[in-house]
Amino acid sequence: MTGHTLVTGVIGSDTHIVGNRILSMALEDAGYHVVALGALTPSEDFIKAAIETAADAIMVSSLYGQGELDCKGFRDLCIEAGLQDILLYVGGNLVVGKQDWDGVERRFLDMGFDRAFPPGTRTNDVIESLARDFAARAVDAGMADR
Amino acid sequence: MSGPAALLIDFGSTYTKLRAVDLKNRTLLGSGQGPSTVTSDITIGMRTALGDLEEQLGRLPDFRYRLASSSAAGGLKMVTVGLVRELTAEAARFAALGAGARLVDTFAYQLSKRDMARITGHDPDIILLAGGTDGGNSEVIVNNAQTLAASGLTCPIIVAGNRSAADDAEEILKHAGKDVRVTGNVMPALGTLEIEPARAAIRDVFIARIVHAKGLDRAHDFFDALAMPTPVAVLEAARLLSDGPHGRGGLGPLLVVDIGGATTDVYSVASGEPTEGRILQHGLPEPFAKRTVEGDLGMRHNAGEIIEAAGGRDAVAALAGATPAEVDVLLERIAADVERLPEGEGERAFDAALAQCAIRIAVTRHAGTVEIVHTVSGPVAAQRGKDLSPVATVIGTGGALVYGRNASSILSGCRFSEDEPGSLRPRDPALLVDNNYLLYAAGLLAEVEPEAAFDFARASLEPVSEQSVKGGENELRVTSG
Repeated sequence: MTGHTLVTGVIGSDTHIVGNRILSMALEDAGYHVVALGALTPSEDFIKAAIETAADAIMVSSLYGQGELDCKGFRDLCIEAGLQDILLYVGGNLVVGKQDWDGVERRFLDMGFDRAFPPGTRTNDVIESLARDFAARAVDAGMADR
Repeated sequence: MSGPAALLIDFGSTYTKLRAVDLKNRTLLGSGQGPSTVTSDITIGMRTALGDLEEQLGRLPDFRYRLASSSAAGGLKMVTVGLVRELTAEAARFAALGAGARLVDTFAYQLSKRDMARITGHDPDIILLAGGTDGGNSEVIVNNAQTLAASGLTCPIIVAGNRSAADDAEEILKHAGKDVRVTGNVMPALGTLEIEPARAAIRDVFIARIVHAKGLDRAHDFFDALAMPTPVAVLEAARLLSDGPHGRGGLGPLLVVDIGGATTDVYSVASGEPTEGRILQHGLPEPFAKRTVEGDLGMRHNAGEIIEAAGGRDAVAALAGATPAEVDVLLERIAADVERLPEGEGERAFDAALAQCAIRIAVTRHAGTVEIVHTVSGPVAAQRGKDLSPVATVIGTGGALVYGRNASSILSGCRFSEDEPGSLRPRDPALLVDNNYLLYAAGLLAEVEPEAAFDFARASLEPVSEQSVKGGENELRVTSG
């Protein structure tokens, strides 16, 4: 076990659960404690779950093209709930139509997500990013202690 | 009289009630009633009630069991504390209500000074402290334990939160000299409800501490055990009727509605899972045996609020066959005298309309809902709470049903209605009335003689609808009573 707790789910009125379930299983195999909220999850539910479980990261999936609308203000909600430092990932078919990924990524990072992942991302890429981000945070925390 | 008998006692808020049950024939031998004299000396009312019973029976039998429940002296006053309002705070609420508590307040997140002032003001009998899933947030429950430790509260505190923080919380409270006990987390994992350990702990505290604190043990010569708060006895009776005694079938999923002067209580014993495969379940799972209390739906203490919740004076007037002005007069009469029993046709019709509305609203709040969510891939039905539409038996109790006329139409307020298609109330239940207020007695007896308790309760409930009552060895066809 890594000792880290992750909340996963598909945001908004989105029923596409398969990719999210595969990701949740892979994260569990990688040693994370996964709290899987499943499809059709309102943003508030991610945050409530993260509070009760003292989660270290929230992983938001969106596959139906409305991700930008659903995720608006997500970081603000976290700050409001006292989770200002929580790690936020988002991934999937985040926007409608063929758009330049760099622009899409930029928009989600501006919204306060720490990382955004395009369609077709391998689960291993996510796991590696998590490991790197948690390691960096551990270093930061160590420096803060000193 | 010869066979073995049981005496079942309820120290109620107004009356001490007795029911004597013939264990062999599984019938009611007789009843007794006296005032509830808890504030002076509980044995006075108890003696009156026994005298009443003796008069009926000629001679009191040697009782094999003498079991008691109580809702006297303000009931089991509880306050619950959790973390997120819709999660552990809600789970704690379910646990307290299921333990028969009179839940006076619920709190979420960190307790503030204001919150503490409110809690102290309530003077609760027990505080249930939850918060965090196992291994989850421990900061808030530990913080709340510190706040409670620093208060002047002397009541027992039950810790039912994050397992990883329970030791710390216990230590803090113990160190401050509080009566603290630790039990299983009401929500060990997100979305998993486990309220039985907390329910058991509350009951233990009730027997060990509250019975004495409220002076109920002064009557100990009259009973062998004061086993539970009265609402738990009713819930146990509902459970027994639903499951049946060991090895025998029961009535299946059922609902009990208790309409009183101050509150309307609803009990359901049912899984409440979606009845169709394509429905998505949302929100917290709910207890299999669930109790809710509607503090704003009392036939006497807040009749005005029932009318408001039912859509206003005109709607209730139409249902009662009265004019709005007449409703105002009737309402004033009730407000002036909360002990009032209805007199005359007009008042009875008004009471019946009030009761029907209260039942409809209370069951609507207790039952789950289903709504259509429009997604890109089409409409999806999403359910919240329990689907009670397949519930086949509804049992009604309380003055309005027992003394009023037309119990069938009053109780039918619980039914599903096309006007509110999203409310998952029973679609076609058989309606029964507990005319002699026996459910608590059956619930007390259920612990020691489940077979006798089941048969006794089953035979005593009066069918008031034309549906057949299912379950048991034989199906019973009944006609309107």
